[in-house]
Amino acid sequence: MKQPHSMLDLKDLKVDRGGVRILDIPSFSLYEKEFVSLIGPNGAGKSTLLLSIMGLLKLASGSVWYRGKEIQSDASRLHMRRKIAMVLQEPMLFDSTVYENVASGLKIRGVGRAEIRSRVMTYLERFNLADMAGRSARKLSGGEARRVSLARAFAVEPEMIFFDEPFANLDAPTRQSLTDDMDKIIREKGIAAILVTHDQSEALRLSNRVVVLNGGAVVQDGTPAAVMNSPVNEFVANFVGMETILEGVVLSNVEQQMAVLVGGHEIDAIGSGLPGNAVYCCIRPENVTVSIANPAHKTSARNVYPARIVEIASMGPFLRLKLDCGFPLTSYVTRESFAALALSQGCAVYASFKATSVHPIGKRTG
Amino acid sequence: MDLIIEGIVKAFQLLASLDPEVLGIAWLSLKVSGLATLVSLVIGISVGTMVALTSFPGKKILVSLVNTGMGLPPVVVGLFVSILLWRNGPLGFLELLYTPGAIIIAQSVIATPIVMGITIAAMQNLPANLRLQILALGATRFQLVWMLVKEARLPLMAGVMAGFGGVISEVGASIMVGGNVRGYTRVLTTATVMETGRGNFDVAIALSLILLLFCFVINYVLTHIQQRERPR
Repeated sequence: MKQPHSMLDLKDLKVDRGGVRILDIPSFSLYEKEFVSLIGPNGAGKSTLLLSIMGLLKLASGSVWYRGKEIQSDASRLHMRRKIAMVLQEPMLFDSTVYENVASGLKIRGVGRAEIRSRVMTYLERFNLADMAGRSARKLSGGEARRVSLARAFAVEPEMIFFDEPFANLDAPTRQSLTDDMDKIIREKGIAAILVTHDQSEALRLSNRVVVLNGGAVVQDGTPAAVMNSPVNEFVANFVGMETILEGVVLSNVEQQMAVLVGGHEIDAIGSGLPGNAVYCCIRPENVTVSIANPAHKTSARNVYPARIVEIASMGPFLRLKLDCGFPLTSYVTRESFAALALSQGCAVYASFKATSVHPIGKRTG
Repeated sequence: MDLIIEGIVKAFQLLASLDPEVLGIAWLSLKVSGLATLVSLVIGISVGTMVALTSFPGKKILVSLVNTGMGLPPVVVGLFVSILLWRNGPLGFLELLYTPGAIIIAQSVIATPIVMGITIAAMQNLPANLRLQILALGATRFQLVWMLVKEARLPLMAGVMAGFGGVISEVGASIMVGGNVRGYTRVLTTATVMETGRGNFDVAIALSLILLLFCFVINYVLTHIQQRERPR
């Protein structure tokens, strides 16, 4: 397989504000066609990272490289900026029509009138805005305004696109349809993307790499499953939540009843994945039951696996058990049942969970 | 009471008959104050935008000075412009004193801080991220400034209106540097002062009505502008 080229490299990037270091990135690269989710708490430096790549913030030190060349002059910075589109949290539309808003990036680039017209129309249509072209940006709903800001960003046909929580404060269906539209264009055009998000399932669904930032530093950088399942430290674990996330392939699907192959085991789940689709199966620890005897005849749970307890950690009123069933699984048990079952590390048990407790998320391929 | 009613009736007769002297005075007022506003617009918006978009030591002091200038008493301006243009004054060689040009200079001095102050406020009131968004769209510095001015066009228009409203209704500076010369430097306000002094209330009321009409139009436009909202 051909090694993808890096489009963007950061070297020793440091940013200070008021004498405090707010960003310190020894190295970071964005590769062609890659979709990176940037997660972390407020003030972790996510927006700062995007702004410093764009050259919109003064760097304390370090360098930004675009396609193997260091950005040193204002001209080269402008050249790179025009290859990147950025969507901020607020739509930040201009006080003119929807058409003019979508055309603004192209006008800035001095694109010809006819070309502007055809591109604006294309992207208005893609974001279901065609009948609003002449409407004033002041008369749009929140969802419509976001769509205009997305259309404006894609209209310049960028090589890279940065999203700084563009879907915050939107209702779930609107959010879903917007991310779907955006994801489709990104794949179709092979755009590399960085998405700042707080939504774990969004990160899983869209990205092929997750970067966790905290206190201005990268604390973990890996595939979505690696970050969610094997957080490098307590912070990441707490931040990404404690769900078990298993990568698998759909074997069959009969009326929403899916069988998913995970590490040589079949897991029953409810969902719309088609055979052959790659999916993540997310299972919350509180939905995993641990018992000593095989509960297969007593429970309605479809998924029952013999397991071994590999780790026990105290979580306040309950205990967190890490189980090995041929695939990793996390379970919460109360201190009472832990004592009643006389559990200990290395103990052989049965782990069971219902098919409805498995939350499948379609995995990004390519 | 009769005096007022009679005055108003006569005033309407004057206006209805399109009295050439009254119309001439109104036209000169519009011309002089319009040109002064144009000068203040060019200086006020360009300098105001620069001040708002850059940061430099002493910026706060400068902005405070500009804001103070927004309430500059016209007679003080009249005094200093008179001294400057006086025959033996530093700009006496221009021979501008008691000409419409002198009124334009004095009114520009009055209107410029008004336009500049409102420009600074308007530019600073734009959302901070708008600047980032425009730069992120790939704008050059020049394109950035142009797009920001376009975004602030309504409050800027309000500034221009306020500047025009300030100078068309001021009397102190006009009378001091213009001299209220009939058919030459006599504007609505100076004429009203004179006619009132002479007891020609009908003419004074007619002139005042025209001035009020100008003020109403200005405020109507301002109100309209202020009730618009920014897009999301």
